[in-house]
Amino acid sequence: MIAPSKLDERAKTIARDFPILAQPTSRGKRLAFLDSAASSQKPQAVIDALVHYYTYDNANIHRGVYELAERATAAFEGAREKVARFINAAESAELIWTRNTTESINLVSFSWGLQNLRPGDAILTSQLEHHSNLVPWQLLAAKTGADLRFIEVDANGMHELDDLDEKLHGVKLVALSHISNSLGTIAPLETIVPRAHAAGAIVLVDAAQSVPHMKVDVRALDVDFLAASGHKMCGPTGIGFLYGKRALLEAMPPFLTGGDMIKRVEYRETSFNEIPWKFEAGTSNIADAVALGAAVDYLETIGMDWVHAHERRLTAFALERMRTLEPLGLAIYGPLDPKDRSGIIAFNLADVHAHDLASILDTEGVCVRAGHHCTMPLMEKMGWPATARASFYLYNTEEDVEQLAGALHKAARIFKLA
Amino acid sequence: MDDFYKEYILDHYRNPRNFGHLERVDASAEDINPLCGDKIRFELQLEDGRVTDVRFSGKGCAISQASASMLSESIKGRKLEDVARLSKEEVLENVGIGISPARMKCATLGLKVLKSAALGEIATWPDEDAPAEAAP
Repeated sequence: MIAPSKLDERAKTIARDFPILAQPTSRGKRLAFLDSAASSQKPQAVIDALVHYYTYDNANIHRGVYELAERATAAFEGAREKVARFINAAESAELIWTRNTTESINLVSFSWGLQNLRPGDAILTSQLEHHSNLVPWQLLAAKTGADLRFIEVDANGMHELDDLDEKLHGVKLVALSHISNSLGTIAPLETIVPRAHAAGAIVLVDAAQSVPHMKVDVRALDVDFLAASGHKMCGPTGIGFLYGKRALLEAMPPFLTGGDMIKRVEYRETSFNEIPWKFEAGTSNIADAVALGAAVDYLETIGMDWVHAHERRLTAFALERMRTLEPLGLAIYGPLDPKDRSGIIAFNLADVHAHDLASILDTEGVCVRAGHHCTMPLMEKMGWPATARASFYLYNTEEDVEQLAGALHKAARIFKLA
Repeated sequence: MDDFYKEYILDHYRNPRNFGHLERVDASAEDINPLCGDKIRFELQLEDGRVTDVRFSGKGCAISQASASMLSESIKGRKLEDVARLSKEEVLENVGIGISPARMKCATLGLKVLKSAALGEIATWPDEDAPAEAAP
């Protein structure tokens, strides 16, 4: 076990790798960036990788026989191997580049879903999903006549699994977020996945909030599909990925069609490329894929076990610190036991609307998200018009938490809660 | 922005004027701000083309609720055409605080709803300038 103060010391050093964090706000405040669940900041190494690619290696991939094109292709496919290894995929062919988690989920919905679902089948998701893991299934259910079911969550955002086997009856696809972006709940995948498989269903995991923050092993979890976004894991925007088991991907029809995803094209018919390229029509986002590879290198140098331990400790510290504001009306949502939650804390302060709260925190240099967090049905169910959300990453420190606590006190003063 | 939450803004937020519903509604509209989920509904009672009574309802941040509350106070007795022509500038002046671009939609949601109620009602009025249509 590493001593707590050592963890914070390391985070301070890590924060220096992120140039954006060194700039003060327009009011001259120190920046406390607590919105990494929305999008993380980028280390210099990732920014450098983008500049390096465009400065020295840029060319279209999989085509040119000249040196630049070979170098670009090697960088692009090398990044795929890095990300595949990062999530412990059996082979890099099981890793498809997409724009983001949303596109990855839509790929499965349109390709696997339309091919495999029939009236009478069912899709099982949960009540705390991000819209990106709900809306595609609503549309798929409407198109195929499949039934859409929900694992319920309790008042603390914990999955209720008592009737899981009953709910799994007739289910072909289980689609769950690994970690709730709204409440930080960690889904009990080790319980759900084997039971879903036993019921004959495949499992898709929205890992947008887990892959950046902890070691995720697709083979240990035995998930069939896993989707994540590069920009939440120190990588650039516009690049994400879908992991899928080879047998499933090979049996699926293409999603988008056109260049690069073909083997041979005739005027009236086409044979498709092998996986993963079958699912990568058109020129890919080469530079951002390469930079995501650099982000994975960066995270691996630090170590995902360290990232996870640091966030867990900082979250516990923040919860403790924020609870001192409970007499002023601060309400903290989500799982009560810190071991059931990640580095995401949703909260409200008395009758202060989350947007007003976020605006006041902003005047103190504290960046938090406010609103419904793309989980409108969950907010409605819980009866919260909006919540504020602080989320932590490897570069956050106790100083950020203290700044948050101080800004919350300021909000309490402005709204005369003291 | 530090002056954003003036005393009177908080007062309108915690004690909104004309909050609730009318028994007789002559014109109404509602809308939500999808960014934050703020919701506002305006109900108007009219006589001779003038606003005789108004209520608003909804949920949201201090800026959106206070702005709607102040707006409701300012339109009683005014001609509906004038209400339909209210400008963003007028409302912001009324609110009297510097609104950041990110919060502009909060400050003007009430206005948007109110104008839509007024315009919707005016659209149902016979056009006086148009040539009278032949009776069927």
